Amino acid sequence: MTDVSIVSFAQAPNVRATHGTTNGVEMLVPILREALDGAGLAKQDIGFWCSGSSDYLAGRAFSFIAAVDAIGAFPPIHESHVEADAAWALYEAWVKIRTGEVDTALVYGFGKSSAGVLRRVLAMQLDPYSVAPLWPDAVSVAGLQARLGLDQGLWTEQDMAEVAARSRGANPNAQVHERVTAEELLDRPYLADPLRRHDCPPVTDGAAVVVLATAERARELTPNPARIIGMAHRVESAQLGARELTASPSTAAAAAAVGTDGATLAELHAPFTHQEILLRRALRLGDEVTVNPSGGPLCGNPMFAAGLARIGEAATRVPPGERAIAHATSGPLLQQNLVCVLEGE
Amino acid sequence: MTVDQVPLSAPLDIGFDYTRSLGPTLTRFATALAGRRVLGARGGDGRVHVPPPEYDPVTGKALTELVEVASSGTVTSWCAQPEPLAGQPLEHPFCWAFVLLDGADTPLLHAVDAPVLRTGARVRIRWAVERGNGIRDIACFEPGEEEPAAQDGAAAEADEVAMITTPVHLSYMHTASPEESRYLRGLAEGRLLGQRCPACEKVYIPPRGACPTDGVPTETEVELPDRGIVTTFCVVNVPFLGQRIPPPYVAAYILLDGADIAFLHLVLGCPPDQVRMGMRVEAAWRPREQWGTTLENIDHFRPTGEPDAPYETYARHL
Repeated sequence: MTDVSIVSFAQAPNVRATHGTTNGVEMLVPILREALDGAGLAKQDIGFWCSGSSDYLAGRAFSFIAAVDAIGAFPPIHESHVEADAAWALYEAWVKIRTGEVDTALVYGFGKSSAGVLRRVLAMQLDPYSVAPLWPDAVSVAGLQARLGLDQGLWTEQDMAEVAARSRGANPNAQVHERVTAEELLDRPYLADPLRRHDCPPVTDGAAVVVLATAERARELTPNPARIIGMAHRVESAQLGARELTASPSTAAAAAAVGTDGATLAELHAPFTHQEILLRRALRLGDEVTVNPSGGPLCGNPMFAAGLARIGEAATRVPPGERAIAHATSGPLLQQNLVCVLEGE
Repeated sequence: MTVDQVPLSAPLDIGFDYTRSLGPTLTRFATALAGRRVLGARGGDGRVHVPPPEYDPVTGKALTELVEVASSGTVTSWCAQPEPLAGQPLEHPFCWAFVLLDGADTPLLHAVDAPVLRTGARVRIRWAVERGNGIRDIACFEPGEEEPAAQDGAAAEADEVAMITTPVHLSYMHTASPEESRYLRGLAEGRLLGQRCPACEKVYIPPRGACPTDGVPTETEVELPDRGIVTTFCVVNVPFLGQRIPPPYVAAYILLDGADIAFLHLVLGCPPDQVRMGMRVEAAWRPREQWGTTLENIDHFRPTGEPDAPYETYARHL
């Protein structure tokens, strides 16, 4: 089947709140332009468009339809949408190109997380019969997972703070950036024992765009495409109690399906500090692998775009001849995980 | 045309009381809860899962063997909730916990009425006064051991609970786009402000953050008159909840003179059967003291009595 490469990536500034609408148009119009310009393509050159977003986040039905306005979808386009992080939209686009149906695709994700109370809105991801009626919020549920690992000795609050300290110092352009030590972070109060604020992602409005093309076409479009070596995703049970919450079997299974050996860089979609530790183990990443040079979701977490942004960040940063892992997650407590391996050209 | 003012925004509270039919497994679970008992399902590997999944979390096979577990158990993990959110089981600081009920092999997620906990703590169910709400029949857990038959209305036969209502209420701050905000602020002054797309040069009212044809924001402001034509219309004969005008009445697409995009409004002031495509209409404004940032400032459109517009002049707007 046809090889596929990433040729362009653009993202909106990650900010605590925008004045924009929940249909994302204001964030998307400039970065669609930027991503197309980056690939030297016009909208008519794109064979397939696919987006990821959520109506629960927007507080309105069919918000992704309003977002299509940002494309200027005339003449009519070939378009699809996933109600998940746009990394899964990228998966759909990858399949479209692999099967030879199109040779270019543009993928975008957007989320105005600030419109509602994000941690409460995310309770809607849980089993609607016997869990969601209690409204367990995303921070609290993550706290349960973190403590399982703390109690089992799999990680310590110090380990978690070190993840935060490294992330917060990684990228001066990220939404969250500070020079801080783990010790200083541990002096700060709990937000929800066992989690401190630094263990949790910020609330972020944002959007991201990735342009894909066949590997052959990609070489014409950009001097440094990143070829997708493999991509797989796996999902775990919706029954939280039945899951192995201190490991990530679905990540390990996706990684095994793809083959992740030899990567020098990893962009992990770990919204909470303990989840980065957990994912590193599931992916068997050694200390020689640079993790989240972008700062990762702990420093900017645009819902439904953050996973796609991991793929874009990894594609942009992977040097020629080297390999990078991009990971994306969807659902509560890393329920579904996608692993994408890229090679710089 | 630059827009320096902050866009308009307003709270948007939406809600829906979902009624959920429970199916065979969860009906037995919910019915048992209403009778102050807890059921789990035995999985293919022998483990007892609570709440009972319909299908085995590992093998995906249908699970049919339900077994009773205790109403007390052990905390296997917990997280403090110092500031409870709307809808959560308790309104004062509490802890979320995974509780492994005695007799179960996988833990249940619920609230414990304690500001802090420790892993390994023993907790018991505090039953809700109201029954028949599935998992919410458990009000929360509280520290302590099960007190045999001492609790309010201990195990009893209950009517079958095959349906539960799960209200979902979410609150948002809804923001209009900069272009829509300019239009809405114009309406508050009795002005109809459209904008022209810089690419296709169509005049949109309301103006848009992105022209659906070209994907660029509309830019040049165009003030439009409060008169135009009916392009197409329908006669509403069906009564519905919240209807403000007794049927029959006419809902029509109104194309203002100078605009390229029609919007939906009411046509009153003549019998419904006299409304025609191409009919000339003008706005009937409400009294000025009732104006706000809304198109409702125009109560309806009414016929002007001028000759109808020829079909060719509006055919491309249909």
